[in-house]
Amino acid sequence: MIRYLLKRIAGAVPTLFIIITLTFFLVRAAPGGPFDQEQSLPPEIVANLQAAYGLDQPAWIQYRRYLTALLHGDFGPSYKYKDFTVTGLIAQGLPLSLTLGGVAMALALALGIPAGVFAALHHDSAAGYATMSLAVVGIAVPSFVVLPFLGLIFGIDLHWLPVAGWEPGSVKHLVLPVITLTLPPLAYIARLTRGGMLEVMQSHFVRTAFAKGLPTRTVIWRHALRPALLPVAGYLAPAVATIMTGSLVVESIAGLPGVGRYLVQGALNRDYTLVMGMVIVYSALLISAGLLVDLLYAWLDPRVRLAH
Amino acid sequence: MLQIDSLCIEFRQERARVAAVRDVSLALAPGECVGVVGESGSGKTQTFLAAMGLLGRNALVSGSIRFEGRELLAAATSELNRVRGARLAMIFQDPMTSLTPHLTVGVQMAEVLVCHAGLSWTAAKRKALDMLQTVRIADAARRMRQYPHELSGGMRQRVMIGMSLLCEPALVIADEPTSALDATIHVQVIELLAAMRREFRMAIALISHDLGAVHALADRVVVMYAGRVVECAPATAIFAHPRHPYTAELLRCAPNLSAARLNRMPSITGQPPDPAEVLPGCAFAARCARADARCRIERPLLVQSGGAAQAACHHPL
Repeated sequence: MIRYLLKRIAGAVPTLFIIITLTFFLVRAAPGGPFDQEQSLPPEIVANLQAAYGLDQPAWIQYRRYLTALLHGDFGPSYKYKDFTVTGLIAQGLPLSLTLGGVAMALALALGIPAGVFAALHHDSAAGYATMSLAVVGIAVPSFVVLPFLGLIFGIDLHWLPVAGWEPGSVKHLVLPVITLTLPPLAYIARLTRGGMLEVMQSHFVRTAFAKGLPTRTVIWRHALRPALLPVAGYLAPAVATIMTGSLVVESIAGLPGVGRYLVQGALNRDYTLVMGMVIVYSALLISAGLLVDLLYAWLDPRVRLAH
Repeated sequence: MLQIDSLCIEFRQERARVAAVRDVSLALAPGECVGVVGESGSGKTQTFLAAMGLLGRNALVSGSIRFEGRELLAAATSELNRVRGARLAMIFQDPMTSLTPHLTVGVQMAEVLVCHAGLSWTAAKRKALDMLQTVRIADAARRMRQYPHELSGGMRQRVMIGMSLLCEPALVIADEPTSALDATIHVQVIELLAAMRREFRMAIALISHDLGAVHALADRVVVMYAGRVVECAPATAIFAHPRHPYTAELLRCAPNLSAARLNRMPSITGQPPDPAEVLPGCAFAARCARADARCRIERPLLVQSGGAAQAACHHPL
């Protein structure tokens, strides 16, 4: 188990390296640079700035310098947020984004799985159809519609919750963004659970469990649920990605100081180091999610062997 | 002990209703082993799945199945759950897919006792371990902690058999217990069933294609064709002198050493009738050498046909 984990972590290094390399050259291939502004600066000043950040060097020297710094844990300075390092910016915003995403993911699982089981067990009744219709709505309506809509009801009409904004440590400000972020993966998980459950309920071992005279709830929770969750486990890595991209939109609409905005603004500003930092953080998160999924698979089905 | 009367099972399908079992009546006495034989689709498995309450939701069932004085067809799930697994157990065809893949053998066995006998998990696991030894599984303590995929097919079927016997049921339904196993394992499983029957004195309903197994185990044989019982007789009588032409054909097609070469394997010509079709006459008439005009228009009833045998045929052998 530990050997497997170490092996997988070692395997992630080349993946990250390739991502870093591609991103490094791709952002530089985009037209424009970090010091372009509406009123263009005098060429001498631009040249000075570029020299100060080493951007006047050939690309491969910049690349080598960046990698060397990275190996020492240094993500470099931000080109746009003067006097801030990329590490500092990310460290400031990441806890909020992780909280937002983590809570959304946990809620999506905690609500989506029971909803899916319910819909599967009532698949030929109105209640089952209603659950699945709601799920389709959850998948289809984009977050930039859901969040303002919720804000309209719970913020402006009912005055229960703030529409947007942030105070450190405030839970109230997180409620609507978290709900918005939860809905799409929640709906997906419910659908996948329902599908898995419907299939597993037809399987021979569920028939055996019923033949043993076990109560229906034991058959469902002990015998049927775990194999029924295999499709959900497969969706978890994409779900992490969905929540990440969702949080870009939600954080900017709700005005939350997370890291989501850095990826968009960083790319628009050609803030090369900031974009790189965000890509590395997000890639590491996604790779970890993939590893978690594989461990989960092995738990859900002991026939899956971890050592390949 | 088990009394099935005028059982009819139909399955609702998209357009038609398909009859799987048509007016089947049969009974099992305590301790008796009845072999139920017939081709795939003859309704033999559906008959007993109905007794277990395991038919799909699209099944329409009429008639009566009484077991130890209880009407099973009318029973609520909670009432059924007190019977199945405890008094009435079932062994399935494919032990690979019939055991839950993510639970250890020990858990799957012990839960039967936890559920029916109200034992603690520790006590239930101790009894389960004893049962694994009773069904002659070597290294039982280790097997208890293993998952089904870590066991061989024959061993899995031993686990299934042991699991069915944990509460000492009055009747075990064995649905083709050897069909999914290697031929070399067949005899072992049948021998185990015979030994368990001597030890636990339960009745067995042996649903099987395997006439050798039926011959070895059954006291009485019920032959089904196209959802009906066509012959019912003591095992010795039916193997010595089949009355219904279909039974005779089945016996002729049973593989034995003299016909071991495939190109000389006999088979019954033709196909069983479409279950959606309602035939006025004998369902076997189209494939029967003895059939005449009467067979095609008038359905033969199951009547006494020499000794203790019953056959549904206008022209019994």
